[in-house]
Amino acid sequence: MKRIQDCTISKITWLNTDSYLLELDVPDEIPVLAPGQFAEIRIGNSPDVFLRRPFSFLDADVENRKLVFFIKRIGKGTRHLGELHPGETVNIIYPLGNHFQVPEKGNVLIVGGGSGIAPFILLGKELQKKGVGMTFLLGGKAGSDILLTDRFSQYGDVLITTEDGSKGEKGMVTDHSVFTSDPFPFTMIYACGPEPMMKAVARMSCLKNIPCEVSLENLMACGFGVCLCCIVETTEGNLCVCTEGPVFNTNRLKWQICA
Amino acid sequence: MADLRVTIGQMELRNPVTTASGTCGFGEELAEFFDPGRIGGIFVKGLTLKPREGNPYPRMAETASGMLNSVGLQNKGIDYFTEHIYPRIKDFDTHIIANVNGSTIEDYVDLSEKLNRLEKIPAIELNISCPNVREGGMAFGISCPSASAVTRAVREVWDRTLIVKLSPNVTDIRDIALAVEEAGADAFSLINTLLGMAVDAEKRRPVLATITGGLSGPAIKPIALRMVWQVAQVSRLPIIGIGGIMNATDAIEFMLAGASAIQVGTAIFIDPLAPVKIAEGIGEYLVRHGCSKVSEIIGALRVD
Repeated sequence: MKRIQDCTISKITWLNTDSYLLELDVPDEIPVLAPGQFAEIRIGNSPDVFLRRPFSFLDADVENRKLVFFIKRIGKGTRHLGELHPGETVNIIYPLGNHFQVPEKGNVLIVGGGSGIAPFILLGKELQKKGVGMTFLLGGKAGSDILLTDRFSQYGDVLITTEDGSKGEKGMVTDHSVFTSDPFPFTMIYACGPEPMMKAVARMSCLKNIPCEVSLENLMACGFGVCLCCIVETTEGNLCVCTEGPVFNTNRLKWQICA
Repeated sequence: MADLRVTIGQMELRNPVTTASGTCGFGEELAEFFDPGRIGGIFVKGLTLKPREGNPYPRMAETASGMLNSVGLQNKGIDYFTEHIYPRIKDFDTHIIANVNGSTIEDYVDLSEKLNRLEKIPAIELNISCPNVREGGMAFGISCPSASAVTRAVREVWDRTLIVKLSPNVTDIRDIALAVEEAGADAFSLINTLLGMAVDAEKRRPVLATITGGLSGPAIKPIALRMVWQVAQVSRLPIIGIGGIMNATDAIEFMLAGASAIQVGTAIFIDPLAPVKIAEGIGEYLVRHGCSKVSEIIGALRVD
């Protein structure tokens, strides 16, 4: 059952000039959250920020009833939200959407670009629980864009690429030498980030002949399947990213990457 | 507790609050948040004879106190609805009203005839005001002869309540309302979205893939109120008021201006519980104003 709740902001931690962690105290027991699911957060009453904004759960502390979101300031909504203070409340609808398929065994590659790392702590936890090995590959324009590496390294190796070469290997995520490993050690790829990056990663998964799941960030008005605004073209026609996704196996998308 | 019941055509609604087509799916999505039995009715997502994929992404732009959409009537068609969706929603304890769309008059008629076979659809809302389709839609709703012709043709095959959804994108909505009334409609719903546009200055491109779209939300409420008032002055048919209703006060404003019932639309995206809160708030207002029946406030605006 979806919940609508007022939550108190317990902490906002800025990680660089654009990105922050939002931590919320939830009034009731947190239900089971699957990695990739999201919440719709209502940000005050500004006429400028009329609609809610969707954010994936980075992490959840069930015992202490805390939800954590990784948020990048990209527009009015994320700016207003970052300007709120501990003690103020925001209203959230959650949990929404589907989730990453977590295999029973194997060794997976998790690729995050920019704010695309948002769902990956919960995913790391779930994979670790199942005993699935994982490697994170994080990409950014510069070293200052590479965040939370100490958190991710609790679950697996962390590889890095930056476009300016200031951290890790120079280039885009798909330029990383891990993709030249022979034999390729991974059984599945998860990706989240800008669409061109996800498409490039999906193309890699085709070359390696392994499944790839991506988490899409389409604009949403509602987040629970009634507005039909966030659609993506799939092999089954236009589907709502909020209810049929946000996670899609790339073979369902019409990205034509395997041609 | 005041009596909240209102009558629209042959339907008695338990309260004046309904949900607007295109903002509440088929009711099932909202049933995850509240019991549909707490509101007067659900206007389901627009139906067409054949499945429609709708318009390309992006279909939505947030604007000041509102939003634009260009969904374009994405739906799986009447046959899918009949077979798969209707059986799941027909026993909701509220009125399920079908929103009927077409490219031609024959489409509207054929769709209405198919809906005739579904016992638990007490009314249809003839959508002659969708701004997001190339053929039909709003084209029918912006001229008196075509609005009249499609209403008359559907009236011939539909004996239950016939509501016609009016477009605000006209010179004088009263003329269209009178034409539709004369053609046999039982009620009006108004307004559909206003044709609008958003531009991304950095990219020098329109925000919507279709360039233009329909504006909704509180930004359009004053226009909607004015149009409800205007139509109420010239017609005795019941009006279902729509346009930026976010709370009970907004709903009461529409009823004072002449609406017998209202539809909550865009507000649902922000608060799925809005319809229930609005119904409760109307009840509280009536008590506070010493009214025993909600009908006492319909058209009760004082202008002297």
